[in-house]
Amino acid sequence: MKKLSARRRHPLAAVVVLLLALAATGGLYAAFAPASKAQADETAQSLAIDEGKKLYAVGCSSCHGTGGQGTSDGPPLVGVGSAAVDFQVGTGRMPAQQPGPQVPEKRKVYSQAEIDQLAAYVASLGAGPITPTEEQYNPEGADIAKGGELFRTNCAQCHNFTGEGGALTNGKYAPSLEGVSPKHIYEAMQTGPQNMPSFPDTTMPEQEKKDIIAYIKTVNGEETPTPGGFALGGLGPVSEGLFGWIFGLGSLIAVAVWVAAHTAKAKKS
Amino acid sequence: MSSQEIPEKNLPSEQDTAHGAVAVAEDPFADPGLPPHKPRIQDIDERAAKRSERTVALLFTLSMLATIGFIASFVAFPVDKLVYVWPLGHVSATNLSLGLTLGIALFCIGAGAVHWARTLMSDHEVADDRHAIEATPEVKAKVMADFADGARESVIGRRPLIRNTMFGALAMVPLSGVVLLRELGPLPEKKLFHTSWDKGKQLINMNTNEPLRPEDVVVGSLTFAKPEGLEEDDHEFNNKIAKDALMIVRIQPEDIKDKHELEWSHEGIVAFSKICTHVGCPISLYEQQTHHVLCPCHQSTFDLSDGARVIFGPAGHALPQLRIGVNNEGFLEALGDFPEPVGPAFWERG
Amino acid sequence: MADWADGRLGIYSLAKANMRKIFPDHWSFMLGEICLYSFIIIILTGVYLTLFFHPSMNEIVYHGSYVPMHGIRMTEAYASTLEISFDVRGGLLIRQIHHWAAVIFIAGMFVHMMRVFFTGAFRKPREINWLFGFLLFVLGMFTGFTGYSLPDDLLSGTGVRFTQGAILATPVVGTYISMFLFGGEFPGHDMVARFYSIHILLLPGIMLGLVVAHLILVFYHKHTQFPGPGRTNKNVVGMPLLPVYMAKAGGFFFLVFGVIAAIAGMFTINPVWALGPYRPDQVSTGAQPDWYMGFAEGLIRVMPGWEINLWGHTLVLGVFIPLVVFGLMLVAIAVYPFIESWITGDKREHHLLDRPRNAPTRTALGVAWVTGYMVMLLGGGNDIFATHFHMSLNAITWFVRIAFFVGPVVAFIVTKRICMGLQRRDADKVLHGRESGIIKRLPHGEFVEIHEPLSQDQLYSLTAHEQYTPAEVGPSVDENGVERKVTRGQKLRAKLSKGYYGEGNQVPKPTAEEYKEITSGHGHH
Repeated sequence: MKKLSARRRHPLAAVVVLLLALAATGGLYAAFAPASKAQADETAQSLAIDEGKKLYAVGCSSCHGTGGQGTSDGPPLVGVGSAAVDFQVGTGRMPAQQPGPQVPEKRKVYSQAEIDQLAAYVASLGAGPITPTEEQYNPEGADIAKGGELFRTNCAQCHNFTGEGGALTNGKYAPSLEGVSPKHIYEAMQTGPQNMPSFPDTTMPEQEKKDIIAYIKTVNGEETPTPGGFALGGLGPVSEGLFGWIFGLGSLIAVAVWVAAHTAKAKKS
Repeated sequence: MSSQEIPEKNLPSEQDTAHGAVAVAEDPFADPGLPPHKPRIQDIDERAAKRSERTVALLFTLSMLATIGFIASFVAFPVDKLVYVWPLGHVSATNLSLGLTLGIALFCIGAGAVHWARTLMSDHEVADDRHAIEATPEVKAKVMADFADGARESVIGRRPLIRNTMFGALAMVPLSGVVLLRELGPLPEKKLFHTSWDKGKQLINMNTNEPLRPEDVVVGSLTFAKPEGLEEDDHEFNNKIAKDALMIVRIQPEDIKDKHELEWSHEGIVAFSKICTHVGCPISLYEQQTHHVLCPCHQSTFDLSDGARVIFGPAGHALPQLRIGVNNEGFLEALGDFPEPVGPAFWERG
Repeated sequence: MADWADGRLGIYSLAKANMRKIFPDHWSFMLGEICLYSFIIIILTGVYLTLFFHPSMNEIVYHGSYVPMHGIRMTEAYASTLEISFDVRGGLLIRQIHHWAAVIFIAGMFVHMMRVFFTGAFRKPREINWLFGFLLFVLGMFTGFTGYSLPDDLLSGTGVRFTQGAILATPVVGTYISMFLFGGEFPGHDMVARFYSIHILLLPGIMLGLVVAHLILVFYHKHTQFPGPGRTNKNVVGMPLLPVYMAKAGGFFFLVFGVIAAIAGMFTINPVWALGPYRPDQVSTGAQPDWYMGFAEGLIRVMPGWEINLWGHTLVLGVFIPLVVFGLMLVAIAVYPFIESWITGDKREHHLLDRPRNAPTRTALGVAWVTGYMVMLLGGGNDIFATHFHMSLNAITWFVRIAFFVGPVVAFIVTKRICMGLQRRDADKVLHGRESGIIKRLPHGEFVEIHEPLSQDQLYSLTAHEQYTPAEVGPSVDENGVERKVTRGQKLRAKLSKGYYGEGNQVPKPTAEEYKEITSGHGHH
């Protein structure tokens, strides 16, 4: 006890006491007031919806209508769910910049907090897929090989073997999956953005989505090994053929020119 | 129609001036003959020649070093070791080091030999005469005479019976080989006309291996199915799935333009063959807003909201539709086989 | 030792004819060597690969060292390819050398063939060798196809599926050929083993024979050469086989092998592990064959889907027509030498090469063919080009459809004009000399550019080419007033000959008289 009393006048003592008191209060509050916490959440939720509504009115309503009922410029958002908003706005696709066959991914305009508010507002318009939690999409421990098989059955036809993307009709395309976050991949499968079909949990359970994400991250990530050397875009024979012609045959012809050229003659002087 | 009909004067005169001096005064375009040989630096400067010699030796030495490097990398690197090399990526250490050392070892031998040839070997250009390929008339006559002798001595001309039967025998004997090829495979019969689908077979989700319920399939989603009873470890799985593979989408019934398609659907759930009618790729690039489905191989495009008719590309006819319904347990089931052969068209398809 | 061998093999007589054989030096004469050497590299590496590859379609569950395939069902062919890539030290390198060399081999043959075509090296006596080369090119394509199909991966399996669909489209016998080739319904259990024996034995065996025959003929005919001082149709100017050509050609083998080995060490080709095993219900976008099948792929892709159903039978024109066009495009290059020699009626040997400009119609035809080929290559990669150049897939397909017909015509006209222009410039250079770039001011103030006369070497080189006069049908009555019979063939030939060599289709080369007249005059105008 002597030690303690000796240090009670230490300049930091007040800080320590304060921290302890705060922790105790917080802990007690958490322990004794779960009901009121839910209520607080609800308030936060309705606050978010209000904020989201304001953001929506400014940024989205011109195309999607004031109440999300849709216009000729944009589809209705009733029932698309928060996951769709999180994907579309989170990948920068929305707000769209110009009309075209497809709205491309670009730098996102809203902060994640704003996106959450927008999502909360749109979700309030009608029930739809809910933004997944990390537990749902985190691919850690998932079955990569199974994910590969699922990917080849469900995804590769549009996105290529390793998710490099591919062409669709009339200028539309399946984008590359390089660098897309697990959450956004999950949301895309859940909601089917633009022309992509959805893969709902009823036909592709959550675990399978995780497997697929794990596969994509294994074969198309920063750390993906390309044992054979530079991957030439992972596009298959077209890029291989171009490379073979231009660099392969090209360098051999350059060598041939050297082999066949006349050696420099001594200058007459 | 032989080319003798073209008069000789129509053919340009031949450039047959021999190499060497020509009376230039008469023909300004005459062949001046081989230019005189000009020496290279190496021919007149022994120091330059020495330099060349050293370069060649250096290249050969580099090759030896590279081979040692090849053996060293073969021993040193475990087969699964990855290294990051900009800009190649995370590559196999073995593959990169073996490839580069082998490449250098070989290239240096070649570069050394060529440098040697170019700088130190004689570079006197010489002319070699060509000789007509065609034989002289005497030789031709001799050969023809020999041949006639041989033919006469064989008596083949006088005994046509031998000749004819021999040709007959030689013509027939390869037939044995052709007949043997019959064993390569079964006859087509009606194999291409049927799949494993049949009345009452449930639609099994490819992902979960569970039967599908109508409520599982939502508008805008894409699902693939196989017939009940077909398992991945079946010996014939690949042969069967090549015809059975099914693509299921749900379209709002009012958006379905084709009456027949709507009739064969279950509340807007339609099941089409996943096998393209062009050359058989698994078609499934489904655009959920346009209801178009595109084949990744040759870009045939089908409209799933209009009887899967072809709207672009090389396919010749619509995707076959499987008539589906719901059984007592509430699962989707087939109401029969496809009405027509699935996959690529063929002669007997009709 | 040499005497011992000579007593048994007659090597002295052989060496007498060949040891100091003369080969002309020109980079374009080495294109064939690129092909020969890559062919040798393919054989060497291919033999190594057979030591590890299992040509079997037995299915196994994979538990090897490539984790993303653990527990996946695959054929032994695919599994052993993974093993070669991941478990055999240097196996991946040899696989990649084999594949890169194949890509380069066929590209080399293509360019080599174009060189021979555009310089007229296919003329008598080399027509047979042209056919040998042509067969090598076609067999090379199919050897490549059967080769890349062996790993039984999802990409190549899709290609095989296409082949099977195309076989089915053959009228009358399609289904039978398909059943026999695959041993039943697609994909069956025999495809890999059968393709294997075709790929490693049948086709390369024939090709090896053809290569040897091709080379023997090259030796026997002696190499062609470009016209130049001292080079005539009756000689060949160059360096002897021993030592210069031995060193250069031998060295070039190592150079080619070295470049390909280095490429294989640094650049991935056909990463089968990323593609997955073949299953007929799976596919990836960007499903293309290797480049040499690309123009067939293009033909198939851009063809409209025509199908005729008559009397209970289906004629699959949408697939069958592209197959026929594919064959015709190949046959066109095979028979060209015979067509041209029929038109010219020339039965002499030709050992001096044409400069492409001096045979404008031939050159234009060749460029038109290449244009058609390249347009179809573009069509074969339409989806990749669509995504990477942000264009519509359908628009590219339509472009290819139109360009296949328009492109060659435009290319023909443009090429011919360019050739004529170059011929005119050559004639101008011969008559008026080379533009020196030196401007001189004449006493009365006029500025003129000094033209330097060409050397005798250049004068000869620029006028050495032959010019045909068009074949005539001849008068309709002979000298006795009797009507001559003119066959349709003769008329056609006269017409074609006019198109080749008639007025406006070649620039008459300067004559000695013209030259003398101009050079004896003063001034350079």
